[in-house]
Amino acid sequence: MDSERFSIVRGPIDPRCFENIAGAGEGALVTFLGIVRNTAHDGRAVVGLSYEAYETMACTEFKAIDAQARERFGDVRLWIAHAVGDLAVGEVAVAVAATAEHRAAAFEACRFAIDQLKERAPIWKKERYADGNAQWRANKTDE
Amino acid sequence: MQIRLLAFASLREILRSSERSLSLPQGARVGDAQRLLEEQFPGLAPHRSSMRIARNGRLVDSDATLCDGDEIALFPPVGGG
Repeated sequence: MDSERFSIVRGPIDPRCFENIAGAGEGALVTFLGIVRNTAHDGRAVVGLSYEAYETMACTEFKAIDAQARERFGDVRLWIAHAVGDLAVGEVAVAVAATAEHRAAAFEACRFAIDQLKERAPIWKKERYADGNAQWRANKTDE
Repeated sequence: MQIRLLAFASLREILRSSERSLSLPQGARVGDAQRLLEEQFPGLAPHRSSMRIARNGRLVDSDATLCDGDEIALFPPVGGG
């Protein structure tokens, strides 16, 4: 993940993807993994999610989020990877990491990045339910 | 002129393809492309107010002017993460 900080990944993301990020002298690394839940907001049983993305624009948005994070929080660096394709419950759909000299900026930048991604990255998910149905789901503000 | 049209998620399903070529007169705007598509795919009309449109990777309004070779993407509200 270090060679390409912003990526769209086919299939679930390896939860160990952050192993090689630290080491540039920063004192703080905050990571977030978004995992496929087994229930929808309306309580229906979910067996998996199918994601698709407008990949070039999504990576452009990730870079813009990184630039905005530096404007807000100073010398922070972000890593963002999002999965596309079919994911099962428990698999990792999105991974965000933020490094900074101190923890406060790293926590804030990581939270900012996932919030912004959910609000504006051109990525969509279809919930697949235990009863065999499926439905596209847009984000609410606090999922 | 020809534009490349991309559609995602529920709008891709309505258009029954993720990518197609669209012929439009010179000077056409994004809204003209929308109207042409709604004539061919009436199921798009209910999505008009929630649909987002990107021209060459940047969000635009329906009055944005199109150029030959542009890539237009139609998509519903996002759901990443």
